Amino acid sequence: MSEMNVSTPPRKFSDRSLVQLTLVRFREFIRQPEAVFWTFVFPILLAVGLGLAFRSRPPERPRVGVVSSGAPADVVLASLKKDSTLNVEAFSTDTAGEHALRTAKIAILIVQDGAGGVRYVFDPQRSESANARLVADRAIQTGAGRADRVRVSERRVTERGARYIDFVIPGLLGMNLMGSGIWGLGFAIVDSRSKRLLKRFMATPMSRAEYLMSFLFSRMFFLILEVITLLGFGVLAFKVPMRGSIGSLALICVLSALAFGGIGLLIASRAKTVEGVSGLMNFVMLPMWIFSGVFFSSSNFPNIVQPLIKVLPLTAVNDALRANMLEGASLSGVSTQLLIITAWLIISFVAALKLFRWR
Amino acid sequence: MVTSPFALLVKGLRKSYGDVVAVDGLDLEMKVGECFGLIGPNGAGKTTTIEICEGLLERDSGDLEVLGMKWESNGDKLREKLGIQLQDTQLSEKLTVSETLRLFRSFYVRGREVSDVIDVVQLAEKKNARVGTLSGGQKQRLAIACALVGDPDLVFLDEPTTGLDPQSRRQLWSLIEEFKSSGRSILLTTHYMDEAEKLCDRVAIVDHGRVIALGSPAELIESIGATIPAPPPRTTTHSLEDVFVALTGRTLRDE
Repeated sequence: MSEMNVSTPPRKFSDRSLVQLTLVRFREFIRQPEAVFWTFVFPILLAVGLGLAFRSRPPERPRVGVVSSGAPADVVLASLKKDSTLNVEAFSTDTAGEHALRTAKIAILIVQDGAGGVRYVFDPQRSESANARLVADRAIQTGAGRADRVRVSERRVTERGARYIDFVIPGLLGMNLMGSGIWGLGFAIVDSRSKRLLKRFMATPMSRAEYLMSFLFSRMFFLILEVITLLGFGVLAFKVPMRGSIGSLALICVLSALAFGGIGLLIASRAKTVEGVSGLMNFVMLPMWIFSGVFFSSSNFPNIVQPLIKVLPLTAVNDALRANMLEGASLSGVSTQLLIITAWLIISFVAALKLFRWR
Repeated sequence: MVTSPFALLVKGLRKSYGDVVAVDGLDLEMKVGECFGLIGPNGAGKTTTIEICEGLLERDSGDLEVLGMKWESNGDKLREKLGIQLQDTQLSEKLTVSETLRLFRSFYVRGREVSDVIDVVQLAEKKNARVGTLSGGQKQRLAIACALVGDPDLVFLDEPTTGLDPQSRRQLWSLIEEFKSSGRSILLTTHYMDEAEKLCDRVAIVDHGRVIALGSPAELIESIGATIPAPPPRTTTHSLEDVFVALTGRTLRDE
């Protein structure tokens, strides 16, 4: 009856429901300051903190204590002081020296043995003490006239890519992809469900596929920002290497974001309350924070659990990102990881769509 | 397209949740252009009935025709023609009034201009305000605007005025009357008898999942006059509220 007086003008692009749904995702995200903080600021703060804590420093000079009483001791003291790699401290009595050793103020104590020789007092379990013994011994023997038989030369190499910050930036990126994917989809969907908004949408002609796609589109958009912020920061502030091709890196990131989005969707597929889904998300993410090699290499875990760790999605993502950035690996070099990520993507999406509760 | 004189035809509708029978053989005939009230105590089956008619719930048995169509064969078409306000929807607090309506408008092939609907529900001053900052009455008007933006032939309003102050209620009433005067059909549930009396052409009183009385408010009041004791001295005639309490009893119903 009313078709006649209501016209249907050709719809503007911005009036399409997929565009509107995606815009809603953007708006809801940027109007939530805490989400912006956790997604963009927090990873950078973490990188700064870790970068400062584990920055590369020249190795410390071993601190060597000498009990100086009498002429032979002066010779020893002189030889040690000539060696610039040592930090030498003289003690007037044995007791003072041993106290310094016990309280770890020195790594090794050198005393006269009374027969013209020296005795090294040290704890062989402490690596700096063992090192101090070798260096001090070399200084004393050289000072007493020992000659080197073999001519040596040195070439010094400092490799970018082998520092802790180089290890941790790809890990943080992987962690970020996981967090935004799982939280971004899981939280927003369950929030809409618990507020009966999803049910309200179901009473309109809204396309379910477009509703879900709007999440993926907005994820892809924020993904670009997240990756550029974190990697840009790593490259500019810490000169983290980017040895692989940018195209392959982009593909790894997109696949990973989709896989984590699928896992987020799966986690959110039935949960009715935000509290319920938060617990589920932490339950899924916590093991990966620990086992998947974000902050330290996953190879620290026993061999028997390695196969399990390798199939975790975050392990595959971190390994692929590191291989690309640090070793310049090609896509075929990370094919196993890509396969694992793709498998997670497909399995989680299929399962999520089967289980999804639309109201 | 199918033209039916009925906006809604319900016959022998049944729905249970486990052992609890929510709707127990309910019949309804609602004409096109009618404002029809569904009243009843909490747990009488009103919301279940409405949600089945809206296509949100599956029925166990019974016949159902909405605007002359069936959900099973014409679901997509029906969703285009219905406007719905649910009892407990919370719209996204981060969006503004006009963003919310643009979103809802985008779902429908044809519908009304967003600015037009904003004017109708008198939210023009608030169109750029976030939903989270609106008062209860304004939120409810926005929910109704979302129901109207697809230019529906039939709207379902489930307790649209619950919890509102008298001013907001009256504002909503005039909104509903305006919509009714354009020849569209309205199915309304309410706990306020004065509201049903004022807005509805016909009322069905529902209890235990069935219709126990049906008629215009005036007819219902008349029919009951003979069977219940004289009203308290302060009022001169029975009200629909007297009818309701006489039929459904004084026991409190808590959901």
